[in-house]
Amino acid sequence: MPSITLLGPQRLRPSVNVTLRSLDLDGPLASITAGWEERETEDAELRDHVGGRCFNLQLWERCERIFERDIELFKGFRKRKDAQIRLRELYRKQLHHAMDAAKEMLETPGDASLMEPERQAAFDRVRELDRHHADRMLETELEFERKYTPSERDIVVAHRDQIARILDNCAALLVAGGNVAVLLNRMRLFAALELAGVKPIIAWSAGAMVMSSEVVLFQEDTPHGAGYAEVLQRGLDVCPDVIPFPHARKRLHLHDPLSVQLLARRFQPRRCVPMDESDRIHWTGEAWKFAPGTRALDADGRVTKVRAVKSRRRRQ
Amino acid sequence: MSRAIRQLVARKNLTPGLLTQFLREHEFPIIEEHTATFAFVGEAESVSLRHWIHGLPASQPFKRLMGSPLWYHVMDVPEGSRIEYKIEVTQRGQSRWVIDPLNPHQARDPYGANSVLLGPRYEHPTWAEADKEARTGSIETHRIDSKHLDGNREFRVYLPARFRRRRRYPLLVVHDGDDYLRFSNLQTVLDNLIHRLEIPSMIVALTNPVGRLTEYAAGRAHAAFVAKELVPWLEDTYPLLEDPAQRGLMGASFGAVQTLATALYQPGVFGNLLLQSGSFAFSDIGKHWRGPAFEPVVKFMNGYRATPKKPAPRAFVSCGMYESLIYENRSMVPLFERTGMNVRYVESRDGHNWENWRDRLREGLSWLFPGPSLLVYE
Repeated sequence: MPSITLLGPQRLRPSVNVTLRSLDLDGPLASITAGWEERETEDAELRDHVGGRCFNLQLWERCERIFERDIELFKGFRKRKDAQIRLRELYRKQLHHAMDAAKEMLETPGDASLMEPERQAAFDRVRELDRHHADRMLETELEFERKYTPSERDIVVAHRDQIARILDNCAALLVAGGNVAVLLNRMRLFAALELAGVKPIIAWSAGAMVMSSEVVLFQEDTPHGAGYAEVLQRGLDVCPDVIPFPHARKRLHLHDPLSVQLLARRFQPRRCVPMDESDRIHWTGEAWKFAPGTRALDADGRVTKVRAVKSRRRRQ
Repeated sequence: MSRAIRQLVARKNLTPGLLTQFLREHEFPIIEEHTATFAFVGEAESVSLRHWIHGLPASQPFKRLMGSPLWYHVMDVPEGSRIEYKIEVTQRGQSRWVIDPLNPHQARDPYGANSVLLGPRYEHPTWAEADKEARTGSIETHRIDSKHLDGNREFRVYLPARFRRRRRYPLLVVHDGDDYLRFSNLQTVLDNLIHRLEIPSMIVALTNPVGRLTEYAAGRAHAAFVAKELVPWLEDTYPLLEDPAQRGLMGASFGAVQTLATALYQPGVFGNLLLQSGSFAFSDIGKHWRGPAFEPVVKFMNGYRATPKKPAPRAFVSCGMYESLIYENRSMVPLFERTGMNVRYVESRDGHNWENWRDRLREGLSWLFPGPSLLVYE
């Protein structure tokens, strides 16, 4: 598994260069800004920030070009997207009830010996639903791979070769935020992480989210009442034991112990890590090292500063 | 009598020093749980509160405290209220309405400004204030020749930050556009809601009437101008999504009447309506009482109520509880729903004014045009 550093949002107070220095990374860098979609190449600020030594892999644009030429693949992609939208609708209908029940169990007072097994059971049901949804979404991915074999199509292979050549000459891979679903499916289509091999990865915002075992969508501060976090689908799974929550200050009700508990307990044993500007966590191969001030959500509803999270996963 | 005034009375001798201290120690109007104490200091024959809360006497007299220059008035204020008012002062037989000199909160409107009482637990919308993190959009001014309105019409177009010709955008057409910009901070609201991803990046056309009370009184000519001249011009000029579900029309007061009328006269053009404090005056029997300007509105509304049709698939309807139009707006909601329209109706403890309409924009726009906030993390 490569060295991975996850950062908070970079737009207003970028800190990628600090991380590059701390990792002693010199030389050219590759970047993925596919989450910015049609603004993918408007990356001047990022390039300036890292001293101009950055090659944008342009995964979004490559994908657009492929879809223009390979209509069959494009149709398959659309079909998969339609199926995933429908699955997401069905999941949300169920999730709302399951989360309401878990919330009600947390809010119901009572002796811990009586209540705790009920609470645990309510969260087990939510986790089972999350797992089921992630499995169903994976089925659509596998079906797409089986039927359309993107990795065997000449045009995709040609782009992957080009990407591999760029990556060969780079010291690290930077993955920016944006639309998390777009970013994830472009990175999958081009097998970006496989091509990057063991090169260090620095990722932030949506870029950090896709590295996780599951991509968790969240927005508690909405005009129409707080919504529950939802699992989009399985992530790239190179980021064990933690789930990053970028822009947490704006998107989560961190002052509300009930909201914090709902997230922390639901995703146990993984740690939910709120990531705002200046927050940083680094994977050493055995544990996550937290930069000073970086916090995690606790199952008792607190948000506490953490120094490290040991991995439950064996070193690979 | 409120607690603050009772404490002052208990001091028995209201010296100038004590009065100065009282004024310094309080913010006015003084809010105590569910009451507000208004105050005025000065020599006068009489002082009154003038407000526009439907159902309460429009003029409420202040009392003079123990022969001092301090006048006060105590009023019930339910939670979440926002009340615009002036103070009427009569001196030497002359009466004038003034801004409350003790209250820094004011709201502007096309007629000037009013003082504003912010009641207990009223939440000022931070999303309507400039946010330095939000990228700002731009506003262009255009003119087109209108056959339907018989002349050259100026209007503005809001383009979102990072506008791109390769992308296609939803469209919102706004009646009284310049007033929404001036008095409801519409540009800031759009910048912020787009920045927060609560609405998608969208193009907003801001139209203005020349003769508001005729053009917006369910005027067929203005409806034709919007649907047959403005929208096609916008489609030719900007990259817009063509689906009616991606088009919205909005307005307040008479602007809401015109929004409804346009959707009915020109069906299929707009999929979303935002109707704020609609002047939906009607009469179930006999003549209405609202004056001649409402004559064509009442005729239109009576006709619509007799044979209601679905004007658009979705509508966000809002009205202030303190408005005289609350009855009409409440009455329209079940009627709209019976036509099969998906309606969200919201009431606020506020009046018929631009800041009430500003305060509902986040909820209304994000319901009609949900943004990508769940998927985008920049």
